[in-house]
Amino acid sequence: MAVTSAAQAGQSTRFVCRSYMAMVLTPKPPIVEWVAEIEQKIKSAAHLFIGPPVVLDLAAVKLSQSAIAHLVAQLEERGVRVMGLENADAASTGTGVPPLVRSSRGIGASVDLAQSPSPSPAPAPAPEPRRGVATLLVDKPVRSGQTIFFPDGDVTVLGSVGSGAELIAGGSIHVYGTLRGRVMAGSNGNTRARIFCSKAEAELLAIDGHYLTADMMDKGLRDRAVQAWLDGNAVRVAALD
Amino acid sequence: MAKVVVVTSGKGGVGKTTSTAALGAALAQIGQNVVIVDFDVGLRNLDLVMGAERRVVYDFINVTQGIAKLPQALIRDKRLDRLALLAASQTRDKDALTEEGVQRVIGSLRQMFDWVICDSPAGIERGATLAMRYADTAIIVTNPEVSSVRDSDRIIGILDAKTLKAERGERVDKHLLITRYDQARAARGEMLNIDDVLEILSTPLLGIVPDSEEVLRASNLGSPVTLNNPNSGPARAYFDAARRLMGEDIEMTIPTDKQGLFGKLFGRRAA
Ligand SMILES: Nc1ncnc2c1ncn2[C@@H]1O[C@H](COP(=O)(O)OP(=O)(O)OP(=O)(O)O)[C@@H](O)[C@H]1O
Ligand SMILES: [Mg+2]
Repeated sequence: MAVTSAAQAGQSTRFVCRSYMAMVLTPKPPIVEWVAEIEQKIKSAAHLFIGPPVVLDLAAVKLSQSAIAHLVAQLEERGVRVMGLENADAASTGTGVPPLVRSSRGIGASVDLAQSPSPSPAPAPAPEPRRGVATLLVDKPVRSGQTIFFPDGDVTVLGSVGSGAELIAGGSIHVYGTLRGRVMAGSNGNTRARIFCSKAEAELLAIDGHYLTADMMDKGLRDRAVQAWLDGNAVRVAALD
Repeated sequence: MAKVVVVTSGKGGVGKTTSTAALGAALAQIGQNVVIVDFDVGLRNLDLVMGAERRVVYDFINVTQGIAKLPQALIRDKRLDRLALLAASQTRDKDALTEEGVQRVIGSLRQMFDWVICDSPAGIERGATLAMRYADTAIIVTNPEVSSVRDSDRIIGILDAKTLKAERGERVDKHLLITRYDQARAARGEMLNIDDVLEILSTPLLGIVPDSEEVLRASNLGSPVTLNNPNSGPARAYFDAARRLMGEDIEMTIPTDKQGLFGKLFGRRAA
């Protein structure tokens, strides 16, 4: 598990890279002060926050759906893109807020051990597990704001994945359409998982927690049919055509 | 029985209210019985665009609360007797509109009109989901720019999840209405082109309404553009869209304000 910590003594902001290599921010009450503190941090270390997707760990606060949406909007205004929530109430998530995610290999090595252990992550909205079926077939476009979470196996989409849509699969991901959103394959630690799409305009490609953002991707591969796989700790992308 | 149509967008300020008024009037002008319903509680503006703000006595919420009967709250348009308006409440709080109340009122309106057109508030919150809840058909209003298209994509996903029809496993009919289309800016590449918008949203096109000062002029006079200046570009675009809603097959054009001059023709079939 890749754990990096940039927390400094005396500062309550904590960010840890979890197994999917996303930055984790842990808001603490009072939220207003926490946002102000984040704002300061962004000024001093913008590269740490802006660009890579961020996960908000809500274990330390209790927020309603609209409060979460507001917080996410405040962070987005400051250039921080929130890709998922951890330890949020299933009841306070849904449309308008980022999807629930969980680090596939537990939270074992988070930095501030002084804190009481966070409650176990809320269950993510998974489709009904179907016994013996390891592929989820989605026969329409995945729209912005929608999340498909299928830890049990592969996901195949007949259609496009919109900008702002999210696909998380335990296995490989196949998109027969334009991939504009964020996809995470091999979310259960499957390093052999791959991502295939007929037209690549993805915001994020991740395999087993290692990711490439749109900016990191080779411009020559945009709009083409590509596949992505994991080579050691690096996500590689190559054209299929 | 009536068709219930929601005019929605996700993003604010793209032209939902303008389009509700213009399409409602256009349908009435071609002989249909129409009611337009304002779901934007707290921002009562459909009545302003219709020039009926001084005639509002009872509103939508009064009806759902049983304070007024539906016929008392319906405001008949002075120019078009086939067109009626149910205004939103300016004073009440947004949560006063309940799902049961909306269901009852929409159910009654279905019996009285051919078309029930609901002007949705912006956003994807409760107000917007209530406005789409009982819709048979959705008109997704989009401007040819990235954030509007993305919000439309999002609202389409919500239409497929949160409407009564979707919950019953049926489909809400979806049509895309591109508004504020500016030919000059499109030529300079300052706007998304129509094909890109259609490709991203993969939803059939109902019409393309040009950006035109006629819209503002009409709205300042409290008159839908199809009534105020039926020959203007936006009015003709809305008339065509209204006919397509009725199932007619009309060639897709972008009408301009210069009379007799049509915008670029599209070799594409309408929704
Ligand atoms: N085709 C057009 N050409 C020029 N201006 C337009 C056009 N359509 C709408 N507008 C203007 O854009 C503004 C917003 O329009 P409108 O109020 O219909 O949007 P809306 O989607 O209902 O907004 P809200 O989300 O706030 O309810 C108004 O000033 C309106 O006059
Ligand atoms: Mg409006």
